[in-house]
Parts: sequence; C-alpha cells; structure tokens
Amino acid sequence: MRRSDLGEFEEVVLLAVAVRSPQAYSVVIAEELERETGQTVSTGAVHAALQRLETKGYLISQLGEPTPERGGRRKRLFTVTALGGRILSEVRQVRTRLWDRIVPQIILEWN
Amino acid sequence: MAPTQPDRPQSSTPPPWLDKLLMWVVAPHLREEVLGDLHERYHRRARRLGELHARHTYWREVVAYLRPAFIKRKPSEYPQPFFLHPDMLRNYFKIALRNLARNKGYSFINISGLAVGMAVAMLIGLWVYDELTYDHYHKNHDRIAQVWQSRTSNGEINTLITVPRPLEMSLRNEYADYFQHIVMSSWTLRGVVAYGNKRLVKEGNYMQPAAPEMLSLEILAGLKEGLQEINSIMLAASTAKGLFGDEDPIGKIVRFDNKHELKVTSVFADIPASDSFHETTFIIPWEHLVANTDWIRNAVDQWGNNSFRLFVQLADNATMSEVSAKIKDIKLKANPEIAEQNPQFLLLPMNDWHLRSTFENGVQAGGGIENVWLFGIIGAFVLLLACINFMNLNTARSEKRAREVGIRKSVGSVRSQLVSQFLSESFLVVGLAFMVAMLLVLLLIPAFNTLADKQITFPWENLYFWGISLFFIVVTAMLSGSYPALYLSSFQPVKVLKGTFRVGRYAALPRKVLVVLQFTVSVALIIGTLTVFRQIQFTKNRPIGYDRAGLVQIPLTEGAFDGKYAFIRNELINSGAVIEMSATSNPTTEVYYGRGGFKWAGMPEDFQASFAWIWVSPDYVKSLGMKIITGRDFSPDFPSDSSAVLLNKTAVEYMGLKDPVGTVLRDSDEQDPGKGMKVIGVVDDMVMDSPYESVKPTVYDFNPGPVRFYHLRLAPNQSANKSIATVEGVFKKNFPDLPFEYKFVDDEYAAKFSSEERIGKLAGVFTGLAILISCLGLFGLASYVAEQRTKEIGVRKVLGASVASLWRLMSRDFVLLVLIALLIAVPLAVYFLDGWLQNYTYRTELSWWIFAAAGAGALVLTLLTVSFQAIKAALVDPVKSLRSE
Repeated sequence: MRRSDLGEFEEVVLLAVAVRSPQAYSVVIAEELERETGQTVSTGAVHAALQRLETKGYLISQLGEPTPERGGRRKRLFTVTALGGRILSEVRQVRTRLWDRIVPQIILEWN
Repeated sequence: MAPTQPDRPQSSTPPPWLDKLLMWVVAPHLREEVLGDLHERYHRRARRLGELHARHTYWREVVAYLRPAFIKRKPSEYPQPFFLHPDMLRNYFKIALRNLARNKGYSFINISGLAVGMAVAMLIGLWVYDELTYDHYHKNHDRIAQVWQSRTSNGEINTLITVPRPLEMSLRNEYADYFQHIVMSSWTLRGVVAYGNKRLVKEGNYMQPAAPEMLSLEILAGLKEGLQEINSIMLAASTAKGLFGDEDPIGKIVRFDNKHELKVTSVFADIPASDSFHETTFIIPWEHLVANTDWIRNAVDQWGNNSFRLFVQLADNATMSEVSAKIKDIKLKANPEIAEQNPQFLLLPMNDWHLRSTFENGVQAGGGIENVWLFGIIGAFVLLLACINFMNLNTARSEKRAREVGIRKSVGSVRSQLVSQFLSESFLVVGLAFMVAMLLVLLLIPAFNTLADKQITFPWENLYFWGISLFFIVVTAMLSGSYPALYLSSFQPVKVLKGTFRVGRYAALPRKVLVVLQFTVSVALIIGTLTVFRQIQFTKNRPIGYDRAGLVQIPLTEGAFDGKYAFIRNELINSGAVIEMSATSNPTTEVYYGRGGFKWAGMPEDFQASFAWIWVSPDYVKSLGMKIITGRDFSPDFPSDSSAVLLNKTAVEYMGLKDPVGTVLRDSDEQDPGKGMKVIGVVDDMVMDSPYESVKPTVYDFNPGPVRFYHLRLAPNQSANKSIATVEGVFKKNFPDLPFEYKFVDDEYAAKFSSEERIGKLAGVFTGLAILISCLGLFGLASYVAEQRTKEIGVRKVLGASVASLWRLMSRDFVLLVLIALLIAVPLAVYFLDGWLQNYTYRTELSWWIFAAAGAGALVLTLLTVSFQAIKAALVDPVKSLRSE
C-alpha cells in the first residue's frame, strides 16, 4: 500500500473510529480528538476526512438511529474495514521501527 | 422550572439562518447527517459550556462545512444532460421553431417589428457614425485647425471663417514654435484643366507646400512635396484618370484655365465624401495664385482685407486653447487704431468643422451636431419601441406557456434547462430579426444614400459595428427572454398543472407603461415632423422679390469674358432664345461680398454700416424681374449712372432714410472720401441668402466690377431646352475652348431647401416606421388580450352583451393609454420644437391644429389597430369559446 494515501489527520481520525467503534460518528470523533489533542476540532473537518477515508476504502458507513438532540435526524456510523486496519498497523510498524532506531541518549536529551 | 429532559429537544436552537445557508450549500444527500451533527454538537456544547458559547462557536462549525466535499452534488441515477449539451440545444431550437411556426402571426409581428427597428437604428447609426467621423480621413485631424476671427460691430460679435493675409507671416515669424504646419489656402475654386483635347471643369484649391503632408494625402504616384515649384499641379486620382486615362501623368504638362501651363508632380487618392476637402480634386501652389492675382498680391500687408483661409497643424506639445490664447490679439497689436472692433483670432479644431462651426455672438453654438443628436435620439427611440414590443409580446405570450413549463418540470427538467430554453428562444428570434435587418439595410442603403445625400457603405470591416450589434443582440435577447425564463421557470409544476396558477394583478402594468412610452414617442415624432414640413412649406411660399421662372445663370471663367458682355448680349437677344440679360458679380441665390466703411448725410454718429454688395450691369433689375418701389432703374439715358446705386428696402430701413433717392454714400475714409455713390432708386427685397433669414441690407452697384455670372431670361414662347441649345451654340462659337455650363435659378433656389427637406424627409420616414412599430406592438397586445379574455367575452355574450359594448370594453383600456401618452407628448413637443424654431428668423408658428392632428391620428390608428382584434373577439360564437372546459 502506498503510504502517502493516508494523511496525518486522516490517520488519527481512522484511529479514533477504531477506538469508538461501533458508535463512531463525526461528533464523538471530533470530541475524542479534542480531548486527546486539546485543540478545537470541527465536525466538518472530521466529516470531510471520514468521507475521504470511506472513498479510499478504509471505512464503511451506515445510517444509525435518530436522537432528539439531533432534531430527529439520523447519524452516520463508521466502521474500520479490514483494509483500513491493515493500513493502520502498517503505519504503526513504520513508526515503531523508526522509534526503535533512535539512540536512547537522544530521547533522553529531548526529555 | 423543571430540569431539561435529556430525551426531548432543548428549547434553544442554533441560528436558523445559518442552517438555511448551509442547506443551500450542502449537497442534498448529505444534508440530514450534516445538520444532525451540527445540532448535536450545539446541544452538547450548550449543555457543557452554556448556550451563549454554543451559539458563538456555531458559525465556526458551519463554516467548516463550506468545502467542496459537502458542496459537491451526488451524481444522479438518471444523469441530467449538461444544459448546453448539443442535443439539448437542438431540442431548444426545435421547440422554439415549432413555437414560432405555431403562432405565425405573433412570430411575424415580433420578428418584423424588431427587424424594422434594428434596420432603422443601423441606418441611423451608420449616418451618425459617418457624421461623427467626418474629416477623420486626415491622420492628424485632432491637431489641425483653421484660424477664424471674430469682430465686434454695433455691439454684436461676428465670427468669420476668414483672416487677413499678413497673419500668415506673423505666425511663421513669431509663433513658429506652436505649429508644425501653416498652410494658406484659397477657397475651393472651379477651373478648367486641359490636356491635349481633353478638357475638364474641376474644383480644387491653391495651397501652400505643406498641405499634402498636413492633410496626410495618400500619394499614388509622384512626389509628396508636389507643390514646391510654382508651376506645378497635384491631381486627384479621378482627375488624373479623366485627363490621362492609362497614361502616366507624372511630368506631363496640363493647361489650366486656358492660361497657365502646369506640370503634374503627383497624383493623390481622391478625398472621401465625408471630408471638408472632398471637393478638392487638384491642388496648385498658393504662390501661383498670388503671382497671378493682383489683389491677393497687394493684400500681403493689408490687415483690413479678410478674404483668406489659413490652416494650421499644431506642434506636438501645443494645445488648441493655449495657441488660441496666444494668437488672439495679433491683429490688435499690429493695428491698435481698430480697438473698437476688437478683432480676435481663434482656432477652430478640425474635429469641430463639420458639426460645430456655428457661432452666435462669438460663442460656438453647435451646427450640424443638433441633427446628429436629433437622429441619434430618433434612432434610439425607434429601436427602443421595437424592443418594447418584442418584450411585451414575449412576456405576454409566455404566460400561455405556463402549462408547458409544468409538464417539462414534472418530467424532470431542472430550472437551468428551462432558463436556457427560454433564452435560446429569444436569442433565436433576435438573431433572425438581426439577419432580416441586415438584409433590409443592404437593400436600403442606396435609397438611404440618395435621401441623406451620403455615400455610406455597409460596414463589413468595421469592428465597432459588429461589436455593437453583438452587444445589442445579447442585451435584447437577455432582456426580453429573462422575464419568461426566470419567472416561468420558478413555477411549481403541481400548481400550474392543477390550474391554480394566477398572473398577479399588476402583471400587465409594466406593459401598459411601455405602451404609453411608445405612443408618447410616436406622437412627439408626428408633431415634430409636421412642424418641420410646415416650416419648410412656410419658407418656400415666402415672396422672393424676383421672378425665378425661365431665369438661367451662367458661371463665367474669369478673364475670358472680360469686355465681351455687350457683344454676347447682343448676339443672344438677336438669337431669339433670350429676351433679357444681365451681368453680375454673384449668383442670384448667394451673397458673395460684403462692404463696410460708409457714411452718408444723417448717419448716426457711431454707426458702422455694412452692406451686402452686388455689382450689376444696368439691365439687372429688368432681367430678374425685380420691383422698383421708388426712384428709377439704371438707364443709359443718364451718363452719371456709372456712379449710381440701388438700395433694397431693408437697406433703406437699416440706414434710417426717409427719402432715400438722392442720398449719397461716401467712403468713411476721411482722407479720400471719393466722389460718392448716389442712390437713384429702391428695389423690393430679394431673397438671396438663406430663405430662413431676414434679407440683408443690400447695395446694387452699377459698376460691373468683376463679372462672374450672366443672368439670362429665356424666351417664354419656346421650350427651355431649345433656348438653352441656342445659347450653347452662341457660347461655343465665341468661346470654343471653354465648357458651357448653366443653372436654372429655380433649381438653385430649391437647393437651398435641400438640407431642411432632407432632414424633414428622413425624420418623416423614421417617424412613419416608429408609428408602424408602435401599432404592430399594439396589434399584438390587443390580440393577446382578446385571446386571454375569450371566455369572459363568451360569458358576457351569453348574458346578452352587444358587439358594440364588447368592442368598447376591449378598446377602452388602449384608448386611455394613448390619451395619457398624448398628455405627456404635447408639452414635450412644444418645448423642443419651440427651441428649434427659434433658430430661424423667418419662421412659422406652432399651431393647435398640429397637435390636434397628431392626437387624432394616434387615436384613429389605435382604434383601427385594436378594433380589428376587439371585433374579431366579440364576433366569436360563445358556444365555441365556452365549450373547451
């Protein structure tokens, strides 16, 4: 798989979907990311990323149940596909491999 | 208050307008989840951080959705063809053509009305363009000027086109820096150019050597500096062709006026018709004229002889007003003693020569530009009328098509397709009309040229023309198509098809306003045209003071006829063709000379007399059939008549004479008062100059002076053709080398009306067309209204309404509109026509019957137009009109 297919924001969104599965939709994902990064994240940005991930085949979606605070509108629930999962682990491996190769003193210097 | 229940929607909601905006932007298939997400977020925030915070951040959330991912529409399962897809276009045009074919009457009215309007506008546009680009043949037309001068006499400023000769040297010596070229020129004179046995009477000028350069003449052969040698001549291509045929003219010697041998140095392209110099078909060096004419040679240092034309081209860094200011006092500085005349020189730019060369009391006051405005306005109005019709009919018709729109929508047309359908229909119609208009213009240009005395050609190569045409087509098509396109396409199909569709109460109001506008314009044009014709007729019937019938004038070549008058007269009268004859210094129909500087016994102290001056032979009064009021005519019985003069009636009034006979006119020069000229009689006023102006005070001076014209009174008892042939025989015998020319004074006098008559005829034709177009529109509208009210009329008939009452019902609205138009048009016409008539000293008055006639005409036309439809509608069998539902 080409690594360049997955942007950084997309990567965390994808991870967040995996975390909140099976109740993952843009609002909770945005809040999840806000909690984790401490920055404001708009549902619009998240939703756009979700759409992109879906067209790439890393996510599938279905419409969920309506709730009153949504004004009776349904939500779109996302699930990670097998392809999405494989990509996530590949990315993780690349990261781990690189981490492993950092000389320990350097890490000490950062801290 | 009870705590908020978690499973019920909160009382507060995010700003609805933001939601609306979003729903408009976001693709339909994403709307539900996007709005759901937003609202959920809002409520969560509101719960956690308070409503205020949630509201404040809401818009930021909304903005995050304004991105392509959400705006992009999902491709439909049944894809809509692109609205400009060739198949769709073909469909639009097919429908449009079918619509046109189905409503042949409307289509005809629509297309022909618009085409006529466009053709008129095009012709007028061409005319206006030709007028406005007059003199643009010269490359430096915006830097060329003619020097004029103004003088004050008896408190009024006269502005003359002529200047004294010394001005030239003064400009050359002291003001050379301001000018690139300085060119003295003669008037455009007639001369006989001969080569071998070819002899042509041509018009041309004497000019200084810089002329070809200044006028940027296009040299076809020979030198550009063709005026260096005194005995040279430059010929226009047509003159060269006429003299030399295919021979090479350069270097050949031509004989001029049977006196001078001139070498052809160059041939220049003919100067086009729309140019101040268009009559110049040869140019001879100015120095040649000076060398051969005593009085011009003598005028070299006479500031008092204002007989010369001086043209200049400004240097690149000089402006007209600056140079005008510099040179204005030259004459005054050279002659301080004439300060009371306050002579001032001024530059009249070439761009103003044709259209703005009239001066009123020293102020530039327009000229031909008024006609350009007049026709421009008429053209614009005719076009406007045509467009109004087009739009009115189009929108009126479009309401009929509501059902078609409904069907189209319900089978899946989107709005953009309906819009482009209606627009392409109006483009088609406007395009067709434009082609018909072009065809009309191509056919009409020759007739138009005759009518307007122009040489206009169809501007195939003029990009302005195509640009303006394209612009006009687009604007008209958009304007007339936009109403149906936007209005009809907004209908909801369900309503339209159920028949609940209603046209608003005021839907017809704009149409009514436009009809009023149309008739205002038409009525104003009718009144205007009638007044112009009346003014011309009024002036034509003016007593002219002499007898035109059978009077012929013959222009003479200077020199050749000197001293031969008595002999020729004898021979002509003996031939029986001529019963009376005289020789004079100017034609009957023009005043060539003016003279001032006279005094007489009893003249008011500071009066500066100036007269029109005619030198005549003793038989003048007799030959012209003028009437002697007091005193007597010149007579051979009184040898002292060689220093006698006749005055006209106006001159007597002007001089304030109680007993004119015996008064002696003397030169006011104190040193040399001369022996004076004794008044022996008074003749009735005779119209020589403009028939629209009052007659000038005129002196008829016995001294034959320069004989330039013979006047012949043809024998009344034989045909004019035969007499002319006899006269020509006598001339040929005595002057075999000179071409014989003659003019009937009748024709010459009629020619004075040509410009007014031309304007009148043009305005008349255009007015007729404007009325035609207005009536066409009315006809269309009336038939539309009749059609719309078919059922109402049916019901009324069933209930017993008579045809007459139905006719009244249908016509009343339109008559009312025309009456309103009349009320607006009359004051407008009075205002403008009164201003126009003020231009003429001898003028008719605006009388009530003109307005009555115009109003009655408009009403009758309206009634005729509307009645046709009204009666047709009223006669329909109600069974038929009511059965359809």
